[in-house]
Amino acid sequence: MAEKPKLAIYWAASCGGCEIAFVNLHERFLDAAAAFDLVFCPCLLDTKRREVEALPDGSIAVTLFNGAIRTEENAEMARLLRKKSRLLIAFGSCAHEGCIPGLANLSGTDQLLRTVFLDNPTLDNPQAILPAAISPVPEGELTLPPLLDRVRTLAQVARVDYAVPGCPPEPERIWEVVETLARGGELPPPGSVIGAGTLSVCDDCARKKGDKRVERIYRTFEKCPEPETCLLEQGFICMGIATRSGCGAPCPDANMPCTGCYGPPEGVADQGAAMASALGSILDPGDCRGLNEEEIAQRVASLVDALPDYAGTFYKYSLAGSILGGRVRR
Amino acid sequence: MNRISIDPITRLEGHGKIDIFLDEAGDVANTYFQVPELRGFEQFCVGRLAEEMPVITNRICGVCPEAHHMAATKALDALFGVEPPQAAHKVRELLYSAFFVTDHTTHFYALGGPDFIIGPDAPPAERNLLGVIRKVGPEIGRQVIDCRARNHHVIKTVGGRAIHPVAGLPGGWSRPITKAERDEIAAIAEKNVQFARFTLKLFDDLVLKNPQHLDLITSEAYTHRTYYLGVVDPANRVNFYDGKVRVVAPDGAELMQYHPSDYAAEIAERVEPWSYLKYPYLKRVGWNGFTDGAESGVYAASPLARLNVSDGMATPLAQEEFERFFETLGSTRVDGRYTPVHFRLATHWARLVELLYAAERMRELALDPEIVSPKLRAEPGPVTGRGIGCVEAPRGTLTHHYEADARGVLTRVNMIVGTTNNYAAMTMSVRRAAESLISKGRVEEGILNRIEMAFRLYDPCLSCATHAAVGKMPLTLRIRSASGAVIRTIVRQG
Repeated sequence: MAEKPKLAIYWAASCGGCEIAFVNLHERFLDAAAAFDLVFCPCLLDTKRREVEALPDGSIAVTLFNGAIRTEENAEMARLLRKKSRLLIAFGSCAHEGCIPGLANLSGTDQLLRTVFLDNPTLDNPQAILPAAISPVPEGELTLPPLLDRVRTLAQVARVDYAVPGCPPEPERIWEVVETLARGGELPPPGSVIGAGTLSVCDDCARKKGDKRVERIYRTFEKCPEPETCLLEQGFICMGIATRSGCGAPCPDANMPCTGCYGPPEGVADQGAAMASALGSILDPGDCRGLNEEEIAQRVASLVDALPDYAGTFYKYSLAGSILGGRVRR
Repeated sequence: MNRISIDPITRLEGHGKIDIFLDEAGDVANTYFQVPELRGFEQFCVGRLAEEMPVITNRICGVCPEAHHMAATKALDALFGVEPPQAAHKVRELLYSAFFVTDHTTHFYALGGPDFIIGPDAPPAERNLLGVIRKVGPEIGRQVIDCRARNHHVIKTVGGRAIHPVAGLPGGWSRPITKAERDEIAAIAEKNVQFARFTLKLFDDLVLKNPQHLDLITSEAYTHRTYYLGVVDPANRVNFYDGKVRVVAPDGAELMQYHPSDYAAEIAERVEPWSYLKYPYLKRVGWNGFTDGAESGVYAASPLARLNVSDGMATPLAQEEFERFFETLGSTRVDGRYTPVHFRLATHWARLVELLYAAERMRELALDPEIVSPKLRAEPGPVTGRGIGCVEAPRGTLTHHYEADARGVLTRVNMIVGTTNNYAAMTMSVRRAAESLISKGRVEEGILNRIEMAFRLYDPCLSCATHAAVGKMPLTLRIRSASGAVIRTIVRQG
């Protein structure tokens, strides 16, 4: 029997949803597990790292890497797995674009530690202790991996062959990828997104689209959407227009706007910029004849002020991988 | 001083790491259970739109996003000062019950249960779902996969997505259930009830009828007499979705009941420089280190804790199992309530009692005429400034606390999640297991699994089915001298 291709599944800063999505292949999960020799799975830390290091370079056929790069340790593992793997795949939104953990880039790591450990309603920390890389204890020394100054995507620390988008990737799409890899099927040029479409979520969304003119932005709690019309046309910030297809548009189907977890469509570099641009052409300040410049500016401002968090809305999943990257720091 | 490191232990909410220090005599001097992961939701949620929290906090945990989604949605009800229609509460609880069924099932068959079904000292390659299938028969594997699949189907139907649902709104729920969907869900709930009964029977046959297993469960190595905390309904019965938080002392006396919105008056969290996870404790009792007993504010919040704080279960079959649970484990009734069971390994059994309750509750809700109501939203009022939402997550009480400005932009966020509640208790359980297995520098070969068992009973959170199901949970244990030289290595290949 031919040797099965070696597969590694590693997670960095993530929630575990990518693994659960994998298990949600349900009965096909056992087929997927049988097609590969799962060499490194679940997590490869410290001691286990030595065993990975001992492997010949390129001896792992595929590494599915999920999770963002939050700590030094995450970055080290990314570089190590790159070296040992013939294909390194950014699996899921965190590895691909930074995802929700990447929102931490809107402030600094110092601020993050202060908020969690020093300024919090349930703290009992009179000595203002912060977690430290090295802590002396009576019996010896304990270590923690330090946080990086900002969250990075996998591609920002290692060369990535492919990205599978989604938070998490839908099981149907995972199956396509796993099945292709298992039979050694043809893959697109390196650097491509796989396991997704190339168009936008709107192309999969069953809601009726018509005239895209929005006179007012509504937040999801402000009104009940009409069940069959495009949510964006109803004034909700639905990110579908700036988001890659592949998920099958389940969120609009459940009467909630797309929040953009599949990242930008093919050919779009920056999801948030794409959404800003789309909104710019859709927002309608109404009849401005006879208004002076200041009045027009005021009217536009009142339109856009209805959404007090553009960064978190437009870049919810893609901040770390975006052109902006996060807040500018000294 | 010698040192034993276990790294990685398994997946909880992050990676975990255990260090065991031995004294000069070769006995356990101390153990440290570290969590070397932090993403910092409490920081980066500030500035976000409050209504986005059910979707954002899903990403705290992909194993139990439903719990975060629900706690967040309830926090939003409070933040916007709105009471959802009864039907919306029922739809939420229906999804939540399906979630408990799939989560508890996964734990029993793929994560914690194999220790008993296969045996605690069986080779690790056997102690997994595939081993269970070999021992109990291939039909069981199919049943477990079916159970997960059908309940994730319900979660997707009701919540919009199978992982990271989207339907939670302040004042309600975005997606009504159709009559056809209701019929399908009711049939699934019925299957769940049968499956839960089958699982309890299996536990009975394989564990309770095996004197060695029973001895292990009741052994001192896995016993802690701590406080217990959990949500109860107005009749003081277990409730996952809503209620007051009840705390009982090690002897079973009620210490207090408090409304979840008062949590900060009752719970505080300690910080240690060597871990990114904080240690919650009961403020009324105070922090007294990693110790048992009535003088120590350490508490557990888990399936075992929920049974210990409750007067009973709200569904008939689960109530029967509840009584059998306490009677079998030697508990007595005092003032109409059973005294707490302190055997931590009994958490596995408690989880199955809850599995049956979740299935029965799901069936009740599916058959409730109101469940197909199209009106699931009430209009939110102005932002009240503060909202606290609380549910029982499978691994313990989950609390979300939001503060927001008049525009509904978050200004402060705090969360105490299921696993975190048990951090001190887990630390103690690891220590006790180590103490019972290490003496005079002699490390029992079975230590890896016995220590794993000590924390696995609390929380399988991310020791997820992906890995355990295929028998890959590599562990390396090193014993080091004070100079750092490795004097012994035990490697357990998956």
